[in-house]
Amino acid sequence: MINIQSLSFSYRKNKPLFDNLQLRLEAGHIYGLLGKNGAGKSTLLKQMAGLLYPDKGTCEVMGYAAAKRQPAFLREIFLVPEEFYLPRVSITRYVNTYAPFYPNFDQGAFFSYLKEFDIPRDHMLTEMSYGQKKKVLISFALATNTKVLIMDEPTNGLDIPSKSQFRKVIAAAVSEDKCIVISTHQVRDLDNLIDSIVIINDHKIIFREDVQTVTDKLSFKTVSRIEESTGVLFADSNLRGHTIITRNTGQEHSKIDMELLFNAILTNHQPIQEIFN
Amino acid sequence: MEFKDTQAIYVQIADYICEQVLLSKWQTEERLPSVRELAVLLEVNPNTVMRTCELLQQQEIIYNKRGIGYFISADAVKKIKQYKKEAFITNELPSFFRSMYLLDLDLDELKPHFEKFKKSNFN
Repeated sequence: MINIQSLSFSYRKNKPLFDNLQLRLEAGHIYGLLGKNGAGKSTLLKQMAGLLYPDKGTCEVMGYAAAKRQPAFLREIFLVPEEFYLPRVSITRYVNTYAPFYPNFDQGAFFSYLKEFDIPRDHMLTEMSYGQKKKVLISFALATNTKVLIMDEPTNGLDIPSKSQFRKVIAAAVSEDKCIVISTHQVRDLDNLIDSIVIINDHKIIFREDVQTVTDKLSFKTVSRIEESTGVLFADSNLRGHTIITRNTGQEHSKIDMELLFNAILTNHQPIQEIFN
Repeated sequence: MEFKDTQAIYVQIADYICEQVLLSKWQTEERLPSVRELAVLLEVNPNTVMRTCELLQQQEIIYNKRGIGYFISADAVKKIKQYKKEAFITNELPSFFRSMYLLDLDLDELKPHFEKFKKSNFN
């Protein structure tokens, strides 16, 4: 679905953000794109959406070069950016103006998402709070039914009840022919939705695995005495004890701790990567 | 549903479904909510629910009617007890036995405690 080959990109000369970056994403999954501040998550998402161009290499989405921004490509992709602008019009006016660009737009679904999110239909977009605007944009994004849906920090600015509503609407939106890419720092908001993890660091993709493969190969657990565990790949100590990652030697699957995994990969990449090779 | 940090989500969802059946909230030969409905209800990835269904199908607790969905087996209660028993023996019993061993406790010594427990909780 998304195929990035040897991508190099920099905003400034001699300061490469991506250097020979490779990434393939398939339909039928929700990818979680994780990385530190400034690692290039948003830039990578913009490359996928054709808003930035590769310096070298290619970024192909559904067989189209994203940078060419052909109409057939644009009608099948939607990006919910972290920072966005909405015009000073009503919701109805907004939908009537923008929905025609998306042939599979489902108006009924759009209004049911708004209802789920508790958004009044008759307000001007500019009179809404940041969180409300974001919910309008997310509802619109889901209603477009595009094959590729990209969201940059979607749960930022959402209040507590709407995080649960967000998970429900995303769970309903997944399908075999859709590829959803979400970048996030709030992994706990989404860790039961994301089924594949992509970690970007040091100009490259350094990790990309299914959650299922991760729990096949690694165990996540909390222990009171770290000395009693063998083969600890990474440990984080807190009041409850030590949360650790070890190699999974049994048949059992533990619940993945994405924050722990992220920290582990950033500090102890090599030994963990070897387990997956 | 609140998920715990200890077990894989798909296993916890399997336990949830088994519990609904044991509590007779869902009847045998009844159709399970669809994968999508369960995913939305539990706020998880539909692929996770698929994995739960595969696990429960393997244990013959549910079965698949092509094109219609998953149904709860006629002898689901029996199968659930069998599946949960195995899980109990492999997961919970070792640490229980370890404590018994460390405290020098004998199985016969526990019997009156178990009888008392059954009386006060399930009579």
